[in-house]
Amino acid sequence: MKRSLLFIPANSPAMLQNADIFGADAIIFDLEDAIHPLEKDAARDLLTCYLERFALPDMELIVRINDRQTPYYIKDVERAVQLPIHTIMLPKAREEDILELSERLTALEKKRKRLAPLMIIPIIERAISLFEIEKIVAHARVSGLLLGGEDLTSDLEVERTKQGLEILFARQMVIYAAKAYRKEAIDTPFTDVGDHVGLVEDATYAKSLGMTAKSCIHPIQIDAINEVFSPSEKQITFAKRVLEAEKEAQEKGLGVFSVDGKMVDKPIIERAKQVLKRVKP
Amino acid sequence: MILSYASAGTLSSNDCFITVEHAEQLEITIESIVLDAFGDQIEQVIRGVLKQLKIKKLKVLVQDKGALDYTIKARLITALHRLEKKA
Repeated sequence: MKRSLLFIPANSPAMLQNADIFGADAIIFDLEDAIHPLEKDAARDLLTCYLERFALPDMELIVRINDRQTPYYIKDVERAVQLPIHTIMLPKAREEDILELSERLTALEKKRKRLAPLMIIPIIERAISLFEIEKIVAHARVSGLLLGGEDLTSDLEVERTKQGLEILFARQMVIYAAKAYRKEAIDTPFTDVGDHVGLVEDATYAKSLGMTAKSCIHPIQIDAINEVFSPSEKQITFAKRVLEAEKEAQEKGLGVFSVDGKMVDKPIIERAKQVLKRVKP
Repeated sequence: MILSYASAGTLSSNDCFITVEHAEQLEITIESIVLDAFGDQIEQVIRGVLKQLKIKKLKVLVQDKGALDYTIKARLITALHRLEKKA
């Protein structure tokens, strides 16, 4: 499971060739906002040559393409299908965009004889998308949702604050939709790169609401995000004891058991399994 | 005579700026901060891409700022596509 996702501009050799040393669980190669409109072709070519040359086996590779309303969308999708990546990130996603992209991918994957289908992470960054979120997340190609706080507040015509009250509803919608369909809920980046305390507070808050990972725009933010979204030693120890106790109870034919004097029921067992699933080797 | 040329890349560190221009023969010029150590390798990358694309006549100027092979290849491919569009 991912904890941190780092955006890297796809037209920056200096950033690209260090992509695997920052410790992020996923890299988002950006063809969208970080790339000047006149340099979209150069970014596609550079990313292609980079991924031909370097293998990055231990992380999820994602390409953020330009949205469907732009003149770059089709070329981005056609190129993405040729790359050794796992996922396409789609900005300003609506239900009809997911359906169109999925159909386009199916045709291109068949044409290119691509074995592994590309997954989609839609960016929820328009108010209208929140009203379509269940249909968006339910699609088989969608592996998770990313909340885009900056564009969303622009769409809402409100100020984006560090406290984030203005995006609370959207955060919760993303979380509930993702959890309901067992997909990943990925939080919006914290854009003040110099505010480490603010980053930790924001990530901790997002996790407490139910986010499973957080995206970021600078490598300096990765360690803090990984730490926040990793289970603590105390949680890991307790989870292991719960599962050991469950095994013992089953051997003894006991339906109910306790750990540290507390009754353990199914939700606690499930939570223990989830905690251990998030432990990185 | 109308000059037809195209370029791609930047002069930032780890990158290179490549200009290509229609010509009557193949002419490769390399300016690099690591010319002594990597000039031949840069030229090899350029020649490899041109051979693959079956291009025999072209003027290529590489202004290198320590780019790795994949960057040189990518910038040349972009510049060539841009030149093709101008034709």
